[in-house]
Amino acid sequence: MRVSGHRLSIAALVGLAIIFVNVAAAVLAPWIAPYSPTSTVGSVWLPPGEEGFLLGTDQNGRDMLTRMLYGARTSIGIALTATILSFLLGSVLGFLAATVGGWLDQLLSRIVDTLMAIPVLILALLVLTALGSSIPVLIGVIAVLDSTRVFRLSRAVGMDIAVMEYVEAARLRGEGLWWIIRREILPNALPPLIAEFGLRFCFAFLLISSLSFLGLGVQPPFADWGGMVRDNAQALEFGLSAPLIPAAGIAVLTIGVNLVVDWMLGLQGRTMEDSR
Amino acid sequence: MILSLVAKRLALGVLTLWLVSLLIFAITEILPGDVATAILGQAATPETVAAIRNQLGLNEPAWWRYLQWLTGAIQGDFGISLANQRPVAPQILGRLENTLFLASVAAVIAVPLAISLGLIAAIKQHSLLDRTISLTTLASISVPEFFIAYLLIFFLAVQAGWFPSMARFDADMGFLEQLGVIVLPALTLVLVVLAHMMRMTRATVLNVMAQPFVEMAELKGVPKWRIVVQHALPNALAPIINVVALNLAYLVVGVIVVEVVFVYPGLGQFMVDAVARRDIPTVQACGLIFAAVYVTLNMLADIGAILANPRLRHPR
Amino acid sequence: MSAATPSKSGPLLTMRGLHIEATGFDGHPIIIVDGIDLDLERGQVLGLIGESGAGKSTIALAAMGYTRGGARITGGDIVFDGRNVLEMPYHQRRKLRGDRISYVAQSAAASFNPAKTLMHQIIEAPVLHGVMSAEEASQRAVDLFHRLKVPDPDTFGRRYPHQVSGGQLQRAMTAMAMVCEPDVLILDEPTTALDVTTQIEVLAAVRDVMREFGTAGLYITHDLAVVAQISDRIMVLRDGRTVEVGETQQILEAPRETYTRDLVAARRFHVKAGEGGSETPQALLEARGIDAGYGSVKVLKGVDVAVHPRETVAVVGESGSGKSTLARVVTGLLPPTRGQVLFQGEALPPALGQRSREQLRRIQMIYQMPDVALNPRHRVYDTLARPLQFYHGLRGKELREEVNRLLDDIELGGDYAQRFPGELSGGQKQRVCIARALAARPDVVICDEPTSALDQLVAESILELLQRLQDERGLAYLFITHDLGLVKAIADRVVVMKSGEVVQQGPKAEVFSPPAHPYTELLLASVPEMRVDWLDDVLETRAGQELAER
Repeated sequence: MRVSGHRLSIAALVGLAIIFVNVAAAVLAPWIAPYSPTSTVGSVWLPPGEEGFLLGTDQNGRDMLTRMLYGARTSIGIALTATILSFLLGSVLGFLAATVGGWLDQLLSRIVDTLMAIPVLILALLVLTALGSSIPVLIGVIAVLDSTRVFRLSRAVGMDIAVMEYVEAARLRGEGLWWIIRREILPNALPPLIAEFGLRFCFAFLLISSLSFLGLGVQPPFADWGGMVRDNAQALEFGLSAPLIPAAGIAVLTIGVNLVVDWMLGLQGRTMEDSR
Repeated sequence: MILSLVAKRLALGVLTLWLVSLLIFAITEILPGDVATAILGQAATPETVAAIRNQLGLNEPAWWRYLQWLTGAIQGDFGISLANQRPVAPQILGRLENTLFLASVAAVIAVPLAISLGLIAAIKQHSLLDRTISLTTLASISVPEFFIAYLLIFFLAVQAGWFPSMARFDADMGFLEQLGVIVLPALTLVLVVLAHMMRMTRATVLNVMAQPFVEMAELKGVPKWRIVVQHALPNALAPIINVVALNLAYLVVGVIVVEVVFVYPGLGQFMVDAVARRDIPTVQACGLIFAAVYVTLNMLADIGAILANPRLRHPR
Repeated sequence: MSAATPSKSGPLLTMRGLHIEATGFDGHPIIIVDGIDLDLERGQVLGLIGESGAGKSTIALAAMGYTRGGARITGGDIVFDGRNVLEMPYHQRRKLRGDRISYVAQSAAASFNPAKTLMHQIIEAPVLHGVMSAEEASQRAVDLFHRLKVPDPDTFGRRYPHQVSGGQLQRAMTAMAMVCEPDVLILDEPTTALDVTTQIEVLAAVRDVMREFGTAGLYITHDLAVVAQISDRIMVLRDGRTVEVGETQQILEAPRETYTRDLVAARRFHVKAGEGGSETPQALLEARGIDAGYGSVKVLKGVDVAVHPRETVAVVGESGSGKSTLARVVTGLLPPTRGQVLFQGEALPPALGQRSREQLRRIQMIYQMPDVALNPRHRVYDTLARPLQFYHGLRGKELREEVNRLLDDIELGGDYAQRFPGELSGGQKQRVCIARALAARPDVVICDEPTSALDQLVAESILELLQRLQDERGLAYLFITHDLGLVKAIADRVVVMKSGEVVQQGPKAEVFSPPAHPYTELLLASVPEMRVDWLDDVLETRAGQELAER
């Protein structure tokens, strides 16, 4: 299989398959889920495969598979929305800072520096203390915090491109700022930005999962993978693997995305370590 | 020249710390959520809200409260907890020690291990070992801390029964006993930072090994091990110092989730509980401490890199 | 001299049927060196010459049994001093390197470890190979510093690489290569990164040391005139194959192969200057009393330059002379702190943003690096169509026809319209850049070293194209270059710059005929000429002048 002229590696193919399955699960949940996500259908913590429950049941006797499907909807939905917002915010401001420069760049960069001087999880905890936890707040917090990283990358990539002589040629022609960003810079910034989108999605997805795991993210009755790990954690004491199922779901999706990102970065001659 | 650079970086660190304190205060105080209503919850009537606001000094202007908070914090006074009406600082102190103990144990194991493995992977680039390391570390930087933690609990504590699954940690225990209790949380943290640190070390060393002066050394007939020790390492030192500090900073955050998993009595768990109760003074204090550690580590990373840079050490 | 017992007779180094391959991105093998035979006698210097991709460095490095990342030797023999290098185990090859065969790289700045002193790095090989003790090696290094005419030779070794200049670093690297008194010295474009006036000194120093120690050499370069000064024989390479091998004199004066003849001819610049510009009373473009700089750094000091219609004004100087900054001031990228730029007698607004579209249209620019001057994501068509739309409002069929006409004009043809820059060669890219400038229908084109990143033969064809376009369209050129040979060929008038000031300017014949300004004289004398005794002549003249000055 090839993507825009490049042969996919096996790892990247596996990654794409994982992403596809997860997205399909999230989109199709209401149609393919065998039970209702909120109703008790069996005894508590049935192991996978027993009594026809493919992934067993949870701490309230609800079907784990159904909860996983609906959980994918919540977790992926929040992470994806937050990532898209962070890109809209971060890349526009980043490119503006790179092309306009001067005081605008100074101001934006200082703000971003300060935001980045505090660990993301700590900042998220602070905001949640002030605002309380709800899905819009979670999306907003993650989007803003993630956009600082997008800003950094867009600015750096934009600066690299802005000094290219083809951009200078466009300036000398008399082209406007907007045209230069849209036609000269953006097409060349796209490959690194797409790879970064994958990284940032993973980051957002892990953050929302961690917050839910800490009990500060998505609140019941919504199913969400991080929260499911937390709710079922006690099953481990009894030698049952219930919390490992949603935890593995989180791990598999992020590994899948990272496999694709790693392949894309490889094509661009970069590594994940460059973009941290 | 080098001293002035270090001084500049120190000054920038102090400035950052101040900005961070401003940000922390601003987020928790100025954002629209009202603390008084939050504390009272269902019981909020206009009268009780007004009473609480008065009691907390919320009717004072924000800048005045910030100044009071900051001067207090500098002197080690973080105010009164809203949850139990006791001063925050004494409650934090012991937990901070516990957290630092856990993080230090993890760091002492992870740092040397990560650097040596990263070096080996870089020197044996493209070998089977290198590829295995690359793939496994890619997987392990992708997964959440609690996944690693629960895997360890499931297999090493529940199935094998080697270690306790809960870190029933007590400051009065003997050192060895303490170590025994924190094996699993420490191991989780080691696994989490190890992968990051190793990948970054490998990338850093590969970057240096691709420099023309390394080829030059090879063309002078210098043996491989000596090229690494004499030519690559001195130049990779500054970036490696950076890598280590960055990952220690990462450790500071990773510790929060791990503490919750293992019910470890550290600052992270304390902060999470405070967030759930919306105990603002406690959250502010914990946030400020975590952020200060993070900022300080980043600053030390930069200073270390400045001191290790030969171009700056031997100016023109 | 060398510790090893020299074998009786026969060449010092021979290669027979050498094949070297690398693996391309798509997994297919790429042939880099394709069946090379090479002989190097003791004490002789063999020049390896060719354009980029000819395989020169790869061949020379193979003599040490070394290949760069991904490449491997797939066939042939390399015999050094009676032993087959390719059959040696690694530790024996390692013993050879730095002791019997050593290497001088193009970029000295990158080839020294920034964390160690120069002396530490110079004595590393002799001590490691057990040739001599650290003290002996240091003494010999100081001796070499003296011979290579390094300033403060006794303390020079204590410095770190970033503490010395490029020319001195290149000498230090030569000392590092010579300290074991090797049998063969591989010099990989050792003077290419240096300014012309420094190049000549380094070249002379290296040659003297090699002669003194009777060291044989492989001298790699793309510049036939440079290699002619130091080599006994020359090997012309192209695409990994030998084109021609011969005595230096023969290659220069009676080359057998067409390719060699073209190379020799290219350096002599057979580009004919046009009939020259018209000296109208009013200049087309004029810079008056320009002061400019970046921040507190003053780069230009009171520069006056004028360009008249249909003429080529060459601005020449070494790196740091401010010639490119002048171009930035003229185009409005860098507003001057003092002085004005005038177009047909009217002052242009100093900053780009204040100039009208019509003012911008009439001054166009061509860059040094065609690789970064074209947006890699735009097809050739888009690159050329944009200025036609932007300045002349062309659209539809008219636009397509005009793009095709431009492509014909630059000798590429309409088929190239749908290509991306990545699918073009360096010369083709530069042609597209020229077409982009032409699309605006300008009066003046600023050419910032438009040929210096190109191979010689390609560069010549670009110059011919520029010349033809000037004749056909009556363009004026402000031509920025460091290459005096080029200036002699194409300029009508010459502006010589040094440290941000104009040293001398006037019609070409006037500037270049004696008595020229001393700095112009120095620049002129530093341009390598295509004859074997040029370096000796220059050195002799300089020695004579120095004597006279005393």
